[in-house]
Amino acid sequence: MISRRKFLKYSLIGAAGMAVPAGMTIVQGGTPEEARNKGLRWVFLVDTHKCVGCGLCVKACKQENEIPYDANVSRTWVERYVLTKDGEIHADSPKAARDGFISPDIDEGHGHKKVIKPEDISKAFFVPKLCNQCENPPCVQVCPVGATYQAKDGVVLVDRTWCIGCGYCIMACPYGVRFFHPVYHTAEKCNFCYHRISAGMKPACVEACPFGARRIGNILDPNDPVTQVIENDRVAVLKEEYGTKPQVYYIGLSKEVK
Amino acid sequence: MVHGEIWTIKELFTYPNEYIYWSVQIVMYPFMTGLVAGAFVLSSLYHVFGIKELKDIARFALVFSFALLFAAPMPIVLHLQWPFRGINVMMTPHFTSAIAAFGIVFFTYGAIVASELWFLYRKHFVVKALALREMQDKTMPQWAEYLLYCTLTLGSYDVSEESIHRDEKAIKVLAGVGIPVACFLHGYAGFIFGSVKANALWMTPLMPVIFIMSAVVSGIALCMLTYILVMEYRKYMIKRARKPWQMSLEEVKGAELHVVKMTSKYLVLFLVLAITLELLDLIFRGYTAVKSWDVLRSVIYDRDFYDIFIMQYGIGNLIPLLLFLLPGLTIRRTVLGVLLVLFGVFMMRWNVVIGGQAFSLTFAGFMHYHLPIVPHDWETFKEGLGGALSIFVMPFVLFYFISKVFPVFGEAKQGH
Repeated sequence: MISRRKFLKYSLIGAAGMAVPAGMTIVQGGTPEEARNKGLRWVFLVDTHKCVGCGLCVKACKQENEIPYDANVSRTWVERYVLTKDGEIHADSPKAARDGFISPDIDEGHGHKKVIKPEDISKAFFVPKLCNQCENPPCVQVCPVGATYQAKDGVVLVDRTWCIGCGYCIMACPYGVRFFHPVYHTAEKCNFCYHRISAGMKPACVEACPFGARRIGNILDPNDPVTQVIENDRVAVLKEEYGTKPQVYYIGLSKEVK
Repeated sequence: MVHGEIWTIKELFTYPNEYIYWSVQIVMYPFMTGLVAGAFVLSSLYHVFGIKELKDIARFALVFSFALLFAAPMPIVLHLQWPFRGINVMMTPHFTSAIAAFGIVFFTYGAIVASELWFLYRKHFVVKALALREMQDKTMPQWAEYLLYCTLTLGSYDVSEESIHRDEKAIKVLAGVGIPVACFLHGYAGFIFGSVKANALWMTPLMPVIFIMSAVVSGIALCMLTYILVMEYRKYMIKRARKPWQMSLEEVKGAELHVVKMTSKYLVLFLVLAITLELLDLIFRGYTAVKSWDVLRSVIYDRDFYDIFIMQYGIGNLIPLLLFLLPGLTIRRTVLGVLLVLFGVFMMRWNVVIGGQAFSLTFAGFMHYHLPIVPHDWETFKEGLGGALSIFVMPFVLFYFISKVFPVFGEAKQGH
């Protein structure tokens, strides 16, 4: 039979023991909201008017993030849209545009090329794509083991040591940015070059773009030039209807963009 | 090569990272869990609702469900890029994910089936254990058998009428609780697909219900098929005059046809429900015609027409429905019918899983899946024909061993 004194003593020790991890969480300031209070939320700005489809961003990304150069997957890519006068939309992204768009013909996959006469074109443009670091990321929601998670500053990351490789996150992403890493065999995606931005540098694609079509910024900093563009100019996001709240903003986005 | 690239052919405009990531093992996964759930529901129809006609098949269905249970998570293991990390789901379950609950639902269900089996076979274990205890000069295998049965009794040797009556009560409760859990096990397999908002074909709240209905259909069909095969084997043994069982050839024949006829009625009922729901889904999509309908229409009515309307609805649903509904049902016709039903349910899973990846997220391109038939490495084996067939054969092999301990026919007459 346990005495009242002992009971109280053990209860106190137990409560104190439980308070330690709880206290740790408070000290570390765990939640994304708290990080936001400190004023950091990474966003991306793409100016499609400036993109010429050279593919230097894709090259730089592959090298920086060690995605095998010849593997047919990429953390970022550039899409080419060619609209003809008959109302047809033609689009492609051969090799994720790693080598740019060296042929005027549209790559229709499986070795087929679509030849379009220049006089038939009504408009044509390029659209760079990358992870949208959604505010409501479906990939994080569906990961069964919590191996993919949202950092405090909004970037969605993957823990390669914990990912089981089920592919549910790949299925859940409406933007098709995820794939299995050919070497590590775990889910892989763009993370705005997290290792660089955390060290005060710019992402590899931003550095590589000769035309300034790609920019990164902090939406919580009102003086950030990217924030000012997003707040003052007309910008759009991709596939808003999925409710993912994407954080890659586009200037000059056309309705034909998939 | 990138995972998925080898069996994917891309056409028109697709995103660079898009491939058929969920291949044949993800077709096998809902197919197998469907069989588990279906077999259990069939056995519960007798235990809970007291449908006497299903008595013979109920015991069999429960044991078979147990064998299938072990095979059900295997497709996932073969699918994972890191199979040995699969255990992470138990260690850090992330409950916003539909897959995270798998371990919990699966083990709950497993516990229910195992306890129900125990109550059902307790008397058999006691009789066996006591008989072996009496035996003098036991050989090594007999010692092992004795230990096994002693363990299986869990120290409960009371087989008085009163305690057997209590067992029966427990079975009834467990079978009753088991039905919603079995439906949940499979319904949530449907939820895994139905909740993917990025996939236009999968996203529908009807998905879990459709999955449950077709699960019951496939479970009943497989039980009927295996039941007929076992009964045919018994008839063959009787004909060869080895008489391991007491019944005469005519008695066995009569019993077999009676059970098959009764069970086929339930099969038809659930088949009609499944087809109705699937057609409702199809009609609704066509009628509402949201943004994705253009690409879905070209997949459903053009590219996958053969797989959906000929293989699934035609051969897998319509023909068996006619076979079962025409008067004068025979065993041969039933075998053909249930084989076609099983094929139809498999094609339904195929058309959902593979069909859902047949079009690009751009809605402007397509992907074709080519099932690897001749493997040239581990990946093309496990996610190819070989892997799928291994998974399919597995429950039958398991059933063979499990039925050694849980006899389904003949000597288990002392059970309920």
